[in-house]
Amino acid sequence: MISAPLTIINARLVLPSGDPVAGALRTEGDRIVALGPDVVPAPDDRVFDARGQLVTPGIVDLGVFAVDKPAFHFGGITRAALMPDQGPPLDHPARVRFAAQSGKPGLWVHPLAAATRALDGSEIAEIALMRDAGARAVSTGRAWIADSGTMLRLLRYCAMLDLVVVSHAEDSGITGQAVATASEMATRLGLPSAPAEAEALAVARDIALAELAGARLHLRQVTTAAGLDLVRAAKRRGVAVTAGVTPAHFMLSDTALAGFRTFLRLSPPLRSEADRKAVIAAIADGTIDVIASGHDPRGPEDKRLPFADAEPGMAGAETVLPMTLSLVRDGVIDLARAFRLLAATPATLLNVPAGVLAIDHAADLAVIDPDRPWIVDSDKMAASAGNTPFDRQPVQGRVTALFKGAAQVA
Amino acid sequence: MTAPSLPNTGRYPAGGAAFPHRDLLGLAGLAPHELLYLLDEAEPWVALNRQPHKRAEVLAGLTIINAFFENSTRTLLSFEIAGKRLGADVVNMHAATSSVKKGETLIDTALTLNAMRADAIVIRHASSGAVRLIADKVDCPVLNAGDGQHEHPTQGLLDALTIRSALRARGETGEPFAGLKVVICGDILHSRVARSNIHALTTLGAEVRVCAPPALMPAEIEQLKVTPFHDFDAALAGADVVMMLRLQLERMQGQFVPSPREYRHLYGLTLDRLARAAPGALVMHPGPMNRGIEIDSNVADHPAVSLITTQVEMGVAIRMACLDVLTRRARGVEGWA
Repeated sequence: MISAPLTIINARLVLPSGDPVAGALRTEGDRIVALGPDVVPAPDDRVFDARGQLVTPGIVDLGVFAVDKPAFHFGGITRAALMPDQGPPLDHPARVRFAAQSGKPGLWVHPLAAATRALDGSEIAEIALMRDAGARAVSTGRAWIADSGTMLRLLRYCAMLDLVVVSHAEDSGITGQAVATASEMATRLGLPSAPAEAEALAVARDIALAELAGARLHLRQVTTAAGLDLVRAAKRRGVAVTAGVTPAHFMLSDTALAGFRTFLRLSPPLRSEADRKAVIAAIADGTIDVIASGHDPRGPEDKRLPFADAEPGMAGAETVLPMTLSLVRDGVIDLARAFRLLAATPATLLNVPAGVLAIDHAADLAVIDPDRPWIVDSDKMAASAGNTPFDRQPVQGRVTALFKGAAQVA
Repeated sequence: MTAPSLPNTGRYPAGGAAFPHRDLLGLAGLAPHELLYLLDEAEPWVALNRQPHKRAEVLAGLTIINAFFENSTRTLLSFEIAGKRLGADVVNMHAATSSVKKGETLIDTALTLNAMRADAIVIRHASSGAVRLIADKVDCPVLNAGDGQHEHPTQGLLDALTIRSALRARGETGEPFAGLKVVICGDILHSRVARSNIHALTTLGAEVRVCAPPALMPAEIEQLKVTPFHDFDAALAGADVVMMLRLQLERMQGQFVPSPREYRHLYGLTLDRLARAAPGALVMHPGPMNRGIEIDSNVADHPAVSLITTQVEMGVAIRMACLDVLTRRARGVEGWA
């Protein structure tokens, strides 16, 4: 569908660095063609008046477990990297090709190819065929690959194919059946728990193997001070490692588990207050590169259970933006960096021309009122399930319009 | 809560304020006077249970459902006897299945029990927090008869009552728990009995030591105001009460402990070991015992030191007290309605 060029006027443009710039942004087709203070609409343009609101790149959500368009659009997400943990897993080119088409046109899904067949951690899947079917990176899924030999061969193969490997960093030998971090709270509640060091062990090994293989490694969630220290040190010596996190681990600590609320059953589990603060520090100093929603809507069948029997995961798509904006309000990061975390860096890792307001990049655009207050309500979510760990929490920041490839989708 | 006038001994507030909770899900967070209130309420039932005629009609007409999602013999029996001695209609539901993953059925079962208009529901479940989950869905009082590795509150109460009655029987007066040195030894990590005992005993002023090998010791246990030990002999020094826990046999086959005999070597309560405790130290075990592993028969059966059968006796009285107290609001008892 070719429609008239779109120009968004009266915008505060969030650029890759610096403060927002007052001006306009013009698109042709599905691309940005001009932006800045001097841009004006051409006579036949569709004009959208942002009325002084922020105009930002659409969020590129690195690591979601379901294609949940209403939730993504509510949250300002225009592209989502789909985890391979589907039923059946994304370990076959045909399934990858199907997944890559599943959200269009309003949402682009970038499948993450399963690293191993059936995600069982032993046999490497047909990664090159999946790449050519549309996979934008490779993922170990919800689990860590425990066998170091398999992980090394995987990283070498993906280095050759120039694909990032997205790993889940928890040593499964330590975590076992744990559903909480070993701590006073887990002890009080009698929940199966594992030491937080399970993460650092996995991070250390994966970094060492990535370094050996010359591969690009993205640790989807790094949630502990010890794990983040390892990432920080690896970056300093030039290893191609990046780290992500979801808002749960910078907003909440394991003291929140007191009521056995299964919406707080996450993987990795919530950590100590000291680790939560370490995550914020790592966002501030650049050790953490990506904030993702981890969107994993789960209905009562999976969540209305005793804590240890419930499935992990949270519906995060609607809250990733306001939670990240809370870091801006707290002075941890500026707006430009917020959108590097939410959009630019994920787009780079997925190698898609999106995630920044720049000429020739995709016209995936969010219009955001950063101060608009609202209350998270698990009963009234756009997501296919309301399993938010932030239920009843007052937040600020709301998407008021969303464009995918210059077409308005919300 | 401030009560202007206290008709009782003054240890706790009047009427329903003495125990202002609908359910008994755990002992964590209960005030000392709330624990003492339940212990005191059990005393008349101890006396009744020693009479030939053991029936009171306090709960006549009420229906109590014992919903056990995990196998149990003694706790179920104890609750059943307690309910029947109070005159209630007691129904036991065995829903224990090892292979079935209890999904929505758990909530469905709760709603079903609720629709049958039970007046109290006693629940045991293999998952921590499961009893609370059910309690949130039903309208009647819920008693936790053990949820996973979380709490077993009536066990904590009956153990406290057992200690108190043993010390009183000896002629000791005064606060029985103040400064009392209690050792809890065994699989602390997986034990709801240990947790409920820790909460009750530390709240009542006892000095609690917990003893286990590292693999069976929970993280940050000292935050629960106990002193952790790995060396049983050191933990026993000067102890007034030694509480042994059952170690599941499957945990003694290399995963947590190399073998039963090695466990006995380090943590078995023998007469020789018991000599390290204070003179007249009392021995307890929640049962069922692995005789010859965590406790030797000549200790368990020693009439001067072992309180193991007293624990069972006190269990019935405590459960009668809990059922009585928790149903008072529904029964419209004066001061509780």
